[in-house]
Amino acid sequence: MPDFFRRKPTFNRDDADQDGPVVPDGLWVKCHKCKDLVYSKDFERWYRVCPKCDHHARLTATQRIDYLLDSGSFEEWDRGIVTADPLSFDANGDVYKEKVQKTARKADQPESLITGRGRIRGYDAVVSATEFAFLGASMGSAFGEKFVRAVERAIELRLPFISISSSGGARMHESTFSLMQMAKTTAALSRLGEHKLPHFSILTDPCYGGVTASYATVADIIMAEPGAMIGFAGPRVIEQITRQKLPQGFQTAEFLLEHGMIDMVCRRSELPATLSLLLLHYADATMGRHQPEYAYAGTPGEEGDS
Amino acid sequence: MTEVTRAWDRVQLARKPERPHSLDYIAAMISGFVELHGDRRYSDDPAIVAGVGAFNGRTVMVVGHQKGANTRENLDRNFGMPGPDGYRKALRVFRHAEKFGFPVLCFIDTPGADPGLGSEERGQATAVAENLLELASLRVPSVSVVIGEGGSGGALAISVTDRLLMLENSVYAVASPEACAAILWKDSSAAPDAAEALKLTAQDLMGFGMIDEIIPEPEPAHEAMDATLQRASAAIERHLSEIEKITAEDGIDHLLELRYQKYRNIGSWVDRQEEILTELPSSFASAVHTND
Ligand SMILES: [Zn+2]
Repeated sequence: MPDFFRRKPTFNRDDADQDGPVVPDGLWVKCHKCKDLVYSKDFERWYRVCPKCDHHARLTATQRIDYLLDSGSFEEWDRGIVTADPLSFDANGDVYKEKVQKTARKADQPESLITGRGRIRGYDAVVSATEFAFLGASMGSAFGEKFVRAVERAIELRLPFISISSSGGARMHESTFSLMQMAKTTAALSRLGEHKLPHFSILTDPCYGGVTASYATVADIIMAEPGAMIGFAGPRVIEQITRQKLPQGFQTAEFLLEHGMIDMVCRRSELPATLSLLLLHYADATMGRHQPEYAYAGTPGEEGDS
Repeated sequence: MTEVTRAWDRVQLARKPERPHSLDYIAAMISGFVELHGDRRYSDDPAIVAGVGAFNGRTVMVVGHQKGANTRENLDRNFGMPGPDGYRKALRVFRHAEKFGFPVLCFIDTPGADPGLGSEERGQATAVAENLLELASLRVPSVSVVIGEGGSGGALAISVTDRLLMLENSVYAVASPEACAAILWKDSSAAPDAAEALKLTAQDLMGFGMIDEIIPEPEPAHEAMDATLQRASAAIERHLSEIEKITAEDGIDHLLELRYQKYRNIGSWVDRQEEILTELPSSFASAVHTND
């Protein structure tokens, strides 16, 4: 049995962090942005945010869950779902199935998305988190299926849904299967909305393509981490195709905030507090209690409605 | 060097500028068409055409990507690559259709959504995503036809419909063969190989159960324009009347449930949970779920 099916907390795994800090001797961490050295234990304690320049280093899905959720509260779902390689994709000897197995070992995860339920400062929620070290957290069949199952279970359990995303987009090796996951994940969120359950989306560095253009921006509240690069097309593609010079700060979280695309930029250390406050505000609506008639009328499943 | 493959031939045919485009289909099958303009937010995107008209005796709303027949027209139409303004025009028309209970017909023909500074500033990703959300729960019957190039999210944004049809020489994929070749082959001249690997033809997608019908092209559409438009019109009528019948007999909620399941069931994955629990050696033998 491959080890990566077992969830284990794995801190200090810097090999999986492409943008991440270089570790000269394991004791000190070098900030990717300002190149300053930080004592590694402090760096982990500070949510892998540089105390000098506030650079938010990329996190693995496991680190993300560990930072955000109450200790020991996470119950993972559907860990066994992996791609079936529908196209037997082979890019001139670069075989997708082999690539998946290799990347699974490297990332210590069987797929690019983790889903489950947990608590944020005591508030229950269903959570999905992407694993960027797994083929750039690209969205393929397994990702889509896990995501939709999690949303459907949130509806059954009447829990809010929180997605944490960083991704290169749809997974090319599954072609139209991947493309259709954009429709599939979004359709599931449409149902979540019909049941008056909130979706909070957290965009983290980097988030592009099919993920930004589907479930991740179909949310009741969208927040992003400082400095995160977020967009539809990547800056290099835009420059190549249009020969436009891109402005300073283009596609950063702050740029999106300025253009009205997200609700807030939220520092990593403040995410648990912000989310738990939101979960508090939406608790009554989520539980379907103490809501005025007009808010609760028409909720599917209430009046024998299918 | 790579040789020209069959999938690659389809890509070339799908992109032929002489091929009929959305406005040709509209002229042939929609009577009394009134084109509607603008997203009511910022601008009117010429890469998306939209309007109201009659299709075989019923009022419908039509939305399509619009490519040009020559370079000049293509520059005006941005090569059929909509920006957020185009998707928001489509969104407005979808909501309009829902308000009046008109079915929606969409024609798909784009290399993809526009990659540009202005498009990013005005929220290209959000515009695409919001259309996916709207179409998933739109309370009127909907049919889309891929008439040329089905380019990624930019195509999907107006094609999440009850029925999805493809012309025989049209293609639909997650990325262009050129982009796929550049990224995975690290050589954009490998585009013909990438086209083959992406399984992007109508035949491929029919095999995966993702589309509902292939509209045949005994001769390529640009060489037999009238016959092609007639065949497309007949296929759309057949599917539209089927879903109208479902709606009339079982109600719109039933149609929406069918639409949900249609997309819900697309995927190709295996569940190895059993193996994890029993610690059996890994294999792909367990329950393969493929869309059917
Ligand atoms: Zn720093």
